[in-house]
This record gives sequence, C-alpha cells and structure tokens, in this order.
Amino acid sequence: MNATSNRLFSPAEFVGLAVLAVIIFLILPTALDNFRLNLFGKYLTYAFVAIGLVLCWGAGGILSLGQGVFFGLGGYCMAMFLKLEASSPENTAIQSTPGIPDFMDWNQLTELPWWWEPFHSLTFTLIAVVAVPVAFAFVIGYAMFTRRVGGVYFAIITQSLAAILTILIIGQQGYTGGVNGITDLRTLNGWDIRTDSAKDTLYFVNGGLLFVCILLAQLIRKSKLGRILIAMRDQENRVRFSGYDVARFKMFVFCAGAGFAAVGGAMFTLQVGFMSPTLVGIVPSIEMVIFCAVGGRLSIMGAVYGALLVNLAKTTLSESFPELWLLGLGALFIGVVMAFPNGLAGLYAEQVQPRLASLWFRMRGTGKPEDAGRPAAPDLEVAE
Amino acid sequence: MSTASSSFVLEVERLTVSFDGFKAVDNLSFYIEPNECRVIIGPNGAGKTTVLDLICGRTKATSGSVTFKGRELLSMREDQIVHAGVGRKFQTPSVYEDLTVFENLELSYPKGHGVFGALTFRRDQAVRDRVSEIAETIFLADQLDEKGAFLSHGQKQWLEIGMLLIQDPELLMLDEPVAGMSVAEREKTADLLKRIIEDRSVIVIEHDMGFVENIASRVTVLHQGKMLSEGSMERVKNDPKVVEVYLGH
Amino acid sequence: MFDGYSSSELVAIFAMQGFAGLILFSVFVLMALGLAIIFGQMGVINMAHGEFMILGAYVTYLTSIVFADYAPAFFEIYFFIAMALAFVVSGALGLLVEWAMIRHLYRRPLDTLLATWGLSLILQQIFRSVFGAREVGVTIPDWIMGSLPLTDFIEVPINGVFVMVLAISISLAVYFMMFRSAWGMQVRAINQNRVMAGATGINTEWTDRLTFGIGCGVAGVAGSAFTMIGSTGPTAGQLYIVDTFLVVVFGGAGSLVGTIASALSISQAQSVLEFFLSGSMAKVLTLLTVVGILMVRPQGLFALKLRK
Repeated sequence: MNATSNRLFSPAEFVGLAVLAVIIFLILPTALDNFRLNLFGKYLTYAFVAIGLVLCWGAGGILSLGQGVFFGLGGYCMAMFLKLEASSPENTAIQSTPGIPDFMDWNQLTELPWWWEPFHSLTFTLIAVVAVPVAFAFVIGYAMFTRRVGGVYFAIITQSLAAILTILIIGQQGYTGGVNGITDLRTLNGWDIRTDSAKDTLYFVNGGLLFVCILLAQLIRKSKLGRILIAMRDQENRVRFSGYDVARFKMFVFCAGAGFAAVGGAMFTLQVGFMSPTLVGIVPSIEMVIFCAVGGRLSIMGAVYGALLVNLAKTTLSESFPELWLLGLGALFIGVVMAFPNGLAGLYAEQVQPRLASLWFRMRGTGKPEDAGRPAAPDLEVAE
Repeated sequence: MSTASSSFVLEVERLTVSFDGFKAVDNLSFYIEPNECRVIIGPNGAGKTTVLDLICGRTKATSGSVTFKGRELLSMREDQIVHAGVGRKFQTPSVYEDLTVFENLELSYPKGHGVFGALTFRRDQAVRDRVSEIAETIFLADQLDEKGAFLSHGQKQWLEIGMLLIQDPELLMLDEPVAGMSVAEREKTADLLKRIIEDRSVIVIEHDMGFVENIASRVTVLHQGKMLSEGSMERVKNDPKVVEVYLGH
Repeated sequence: MFDGYSSSELVAIFAMQGFAGLILFSVFVLMALGLAIIFGQMGVINMAHGEFMILGAYVTYLTSIVFADYAPAFFEIYFFIAMALAFVVSGALGLLVEWAMIRHLYRRPLDTLLATWGLSLILQQIFRSVFGAREVGVTIPDWIMGSLPLTDFIEVPINGVFVMVLAISISLAVYFMMFRSAWGMQVRAINQNRVMAGATGINTEWTDRLTFGIGCGVAGVAGSAFTMIGSTGPTAGQLYIVDTFLVVVFGGAGSLVGTIASALSISQAQSVLEFFLSGSMAKVLTLLTVVGILMVRPQGLFALKLRK
C-alpha cells in the first residue's frame, strides 16, 4: 500500500540530494578559491530560510514575509556572543569604557545592558539562537492562528514586523549597532573565524547543518503532519471537523520555519562575519521568498537549489550589470508566479524527468515508455 | 457527566444567532434521543444549515445552549466537539483533493490528532485494516490510491461519509447527503445511510421527501429560524401550518 | 516639562503639533485611498502601490519643468494640470498592469502579492534609469509655499492646508464613486458575488480593470501631492508600503470610513508620540500597537459581521 509515499525521499529527490551533496562537498570546494567558496557559504545560509518557507508556504499555505526577522534574530544572537568575545577589556582598552562593544562606547553607554549579559555564555547563545526566534514566532503564530488570520493578512502583518524590527534596530544604535549592525567579529571561543581555513571549515559545517535541516524538514513533510498540512491548505474547515486543532499545526510549522531561518542567520554571522539590519527588513524577507519560489515552493530540494542559483545570479549580475539585476529580479518574481508556479522543481518534474526516464529505458532497451511519461513524484506535482 | 434526569443525547435549548440584527435561528429548542434519526426540513433560508453550524461550532451562537451528553458544546472549539463525538458532513462534498482516498480516511482515523501525535504517527496494521473496512463500506475499496480530485461527485460524498464513519461519532450530522447524485448513486447512498445510522444518533437535512420518509424517526420543520412543527412524518405532513408554508405562497 | 513656556506659547505648540498630525493624517488618507479601493473592493494586494505614487510624483516633476520652460506665465497653476496628468498616467499604467498581470491572478492573492512586488522592482529600476538615482525636488509655485499667520505665534503652512483640502476632496470623490454611483454598485456587487454579478449583465472584466486603474490613478494624485512636502526618489515608494497597508487593514478592508478613521488614529498617535520620543521609537510604538490590535481584532476597526 502506497509504497512510494512511505519512503523518505522519492527517487527524484534522492538524485537531487545526492547531486547537491556532490556539488557542496566536492565540486565547489575543489573548484573555487577561498573568496568564492565563502560566498557560496553565504548562499547556503539563505537555503535554510528557503527550506523553512517550503514547510510554511508550500506545504502549509502560510506565506510569511517576515522570515528576515527570524534570520536576523538568530544572526544577532550569534553576533552578540562574538561581539562580546571581541570586546574583551584588553581589546577595547582605548575606549572610554573598556570591555563593552565599541558601538556602545561610541553611543556613550557606560555599561553593558542587562540583556546582553547572558550572551557571554556560548551554551546560552547556541540555545538562544534557536529559542529566541522560535519563541517570537510562537507568540505571533499563537495570536494570529487562533484568531484564524491567514492569507494576505498574515503576509502583511509579518511584513510589518520586519519593518518594525528594522526601524527598532536602526533607532536603538547604542544597543544594537544601528544601521551598520554588529561588525568586527573575531573569534569563537578563541578560534579565529576570520582566517581562510576557518571560513573553509565553517563552509563545511554550514553544508552539514543544511543537510540535517533538509532531513528534518523531509521527516516533517513525510509524517502524517505533512499530510495534514496539505489537507489544511486545501480544506481547512474539513480538517477542523476531522478533529484537528488547525491553529496548533500552523503554529508548529511556522515555528519550525522560524527555527530553520534562525540557524541560517547564525551561520550567516559566522560565515560572513557580521549581522546588520539590511538582512532583517522587508526587502531581504521577500527576496527569501523568491529563492523558495524559484526553486519550487513544494519541493525542499528545489528550494535549496533556488536559493543557491538566485544568489549566484545576483552576485554575477550585480557585479557586472547592476541595473540589469533589479530588472531581472523583478522579472523573476513575475515570471515564476505567472508561468512557473512550481519553480525549477516543477519544471524538472514536468520536462526533464520524463525525458531522462525515457532515455534511460531506451538505453536499456526495455521498459514501459508509458511509465516514463508519468510526471513523477506526488510532491512535485502541480497543485493549483 | 450526564444528568440522571435527561435521557437525551443532544439538547438544544433556546438557541439563537443573529447576524447584524437578522435572526437566522430564533429561540429554537429540540431534543435528540439515543439512536434517533431526526430529519430537519424547511424551505430555503429556514436556517437548517445554520443549526448544524451552531451545533458543530462553525458559527458562534448569540444565546441559548447546546448540550451533548451533558456537556455544553457552545463554548468548545470545532476539534473538541469532534472529539466529544459529533461528526459533521457538509453540503458540498469536502474531501482533500491532493490526498489519496487512503490518506483521506487515515487523516480522520481517531489517533495522532495532536501536533506530536501526528509527527510520530505510524501507519500500522490496525490503521490499514480499519481504512480497508471503511473503504469497503463506502464502495471505494478499489480507489484507495486514487487522489480525491479524481473521484466523481457521488464518490466524494461517500468518501466524506467514510471519513465520518472512521471517527465513529455518537452523533452524526448530514447536510443533504444525496443532493446532486444520480438515481443509482442515491439508492446506494440510502442503503449506506440506513446501515450506518443504526447504532448512533443522526441529524439529517434533506429535501427529498421519499428519502426522508424512508429514514426519519422524527421530523422537525423549520421556518424563518423558528420551529414550525415537530413529530412523525405523518403528523408533520398533515400539519396545516406546514402545508401553508410549503404550498401557501 | 512645560516650565518656561507662556500659556500662549503652549497653545501654539499644541496647535502646531496638532496641525502636523493633521498633515500626516491627510498624507495617510491620500496614500491609503487608492489601496483601499483596490484591496478593499477587489481583494488584490498591490505591492507596487508606492511606485504608482512615485510615478505620479515624477509626472508632476516633468510637468513643472515643461511649464517652467514653455509656459512660465501659467506656472502658478501648473500643479492642477500636473495632478490630472498624474491621475491619467498612473491610471493608464494601472489598466495595463491589470490586463497583463493581475487578471490572471485573481484566485491567487498571495501570488499577486509577489508578482506586484516584482513589478515594483522593475518600476524602481526604470525610475532610476530615467530620472537618476538622486532625489529630485519639484519647484512649487510660491503661493503654495507661503504660510498664513493665524495668531502671533501660530502660522499655518499653505502646502499643508492644500494637502488636507486635497485629501478631503478625493475622499469625497471616492465615496460618491463607490457608494453613490451605478459604477460603484457594480464594483461592490462583483466583490460580493462575482458569478452572480456577471450573470446580471455586469461586465466584470472591464469593471475590475477600471477599478484597478482608478485605484492606481488615485495613487498617482497622492504622489503628485507629496511633491509639495518632500522630494522624490526612485525607491521612495517602498517607504510607504507598510504604513499604507496597515492603515487599510487596520481600518477594515472595504470600509472607507474605517480607512479614514484608522489614518486619523495612526497619524495622531504617531505625531503625539513624536513629541515625547525620538521619531523612530514613535514609529515603532505606533506600528507595534497597530499590529498588536490587529492580532486581537483581525477584522480591523470597522467590519461587517456576515452570515457565512
């Protein structure tokens, strides 16, 4: 009974996963110089957000335009720890108050705010990186989902939150580093994260964590909870009258998405070496949605590829033709929504896979071409 | 906790709901006995569907009370009402189109309804057996791997009935279960309903009088949100007030 | 905290602060009206709303240059022509966008949101390529820039009064259009039941297109008015988006009175808070309060309770 849907990865997804592993762990590290590899490390951190969006938006139908908030909170938690470590009294001896972060000193603060104190501890920080954004997501989700707010309202409110947090961070520069963010991060528990070898190591940690997240997300999707999400997206009321508390499931998936984004944010801080409000606001939040949309909102693998490709395109295009990039990104938003609602994964399932399959059968000289014509795994299918 | 004085499964008392002053259901009281099959009839806009919506928590009542086995339903959430033992079928078939028949039934299986229950839910033999058994009952044993979207209208109605059966509710509420069905499907459905209403209480909304006469233990006639008449089909049919409403103008 | 002020000075401070709040209110109303039409009546989220406003502002800028060069004699009144042109140009672009994009997405509101965001990026880049990345200031006729002395201490800037008058007249125009004209009835009929409206002979496609166009046109007029109180840059539209959406949602979609009431409360709250706090904290507190209230009361201030 239903043999395929019980397997964690469909054959197509398994191929995608294997190819991704080869690209991330073999091809890129050998082919790219340190600078480019570090850049790819940065793209990987966005892929975490995209995975979370597949769960919330693709599977659950909840579009959050505030994922930058969670990415940012995760990133800021990590940055606070690193900043405190970089601001030891010896390092900051020239300040009027040594031992506090430089931007606080510039803003005439004379002691560390109480809520910065716990970030001296790495253990606390690592917990906070996930716990703070998830708790925030829980509060928002609880307030909105129990009152049955969804759809565009939810999108607008989460977008407003992204705007509010940005204004707050910029306005409170004595506590947050303001518009420049938290910069000049140096060591993690004594390990210098600025060296090339450290960046390489972080890249591999990043890739490894990404695979853990892919696995977790896939486990969620393939559980009964994943099927409940799909059911909710189509017939929310029916799910209620099948005896499920819809709000709790939405909260769970929203919190999960926030958690993934937060891990990405923390890794961003480590890999890139700073965190700033430019990664929190409206624009980065909605760009994160397009990574997911380009890859395919229904496919976890697709979203990861989407995040990598869009960012690669962004770097390449905005280096050589900065004007073209914004036009291209705009066209991408419109095109993916109007012509390819299921993104690259949808294209792959509809166009590439059947051809590959028929090629495979022709080479083997056996098999059933009608099987090859079927457009593949259920989770890649067009759902509109 | 059922009080000794009441032998009713469901007690609806002085139930009222108003939408911006318009009373869709107005001071309505009725009582359902164990194993009773109650049919609610009435002209369009009489408030029939609204009554079911109020009982199952889809619409919030303005005043009154609905007690199910001694528990007040009006303060409960939809899913809590389901767990208390009330099942509801909607007028238009609502099944999960992107899921297979098996998965549709599995989602209604009364296990793993919390977030973590759903995460750790295993499709064991008991689940498979129960799903197959229900699928057999609702004539869909051969369509288990078919997606909901590819079923015919009648099959969707059956699937939704199946989704309710697997919950095994003590009170089943059906909103026009045979509407839009072909004659053959209608007969099959009537058979199906007769079998499943045997060991539970049922409230049915239906227009088809032949069908009503076939299954009803008692009939309630609604008109403009108020009770017009109640009793056996025979009694109701000869009630001059009912005749007036149906034929008078 | 009021030590050292004479009573007449205090009156003046409060009057000026109240007046600043009223100007902000008018600005919010102007921004939100176009969106209230499009979102309230069609349920469409137009993320490019800010860019339609900026388009109106650039049209005003161009008009001012043309008048200064070719018809300096009429420069004093060019503003009225510029506003009409802004309406026409933004409205025409709105019609085009509805035809090319929006009408294919009516059943997918979240996708509309993303697509119109893409449109906003493209418009921003076009503005930047055509008008340059720097902000442009429009030369305003002298009579608008003056101020009216009310008392010895209180002076009322004319451009503020002008924006207020404009906000009131456009609100009235929208009100009559939506609630007192046959066309408005058609729009509302479609909003309530598209299929039925089509069956009664309303050309739903054309009504949709016109509604969207008028909403965009009103945005253009708003942008035109803004040139009197601020400068115009290619990305300025994005700054308005959150405020505008919150005003409309907070008011309750579909309610014109709600939109105006919400613009009033948000603008007054913000300008009063600005007196006590820094500008950014005033904004944060105001927006947080609005979002908080929306979480408790998602339907906004004014909403009908409907039979489902």
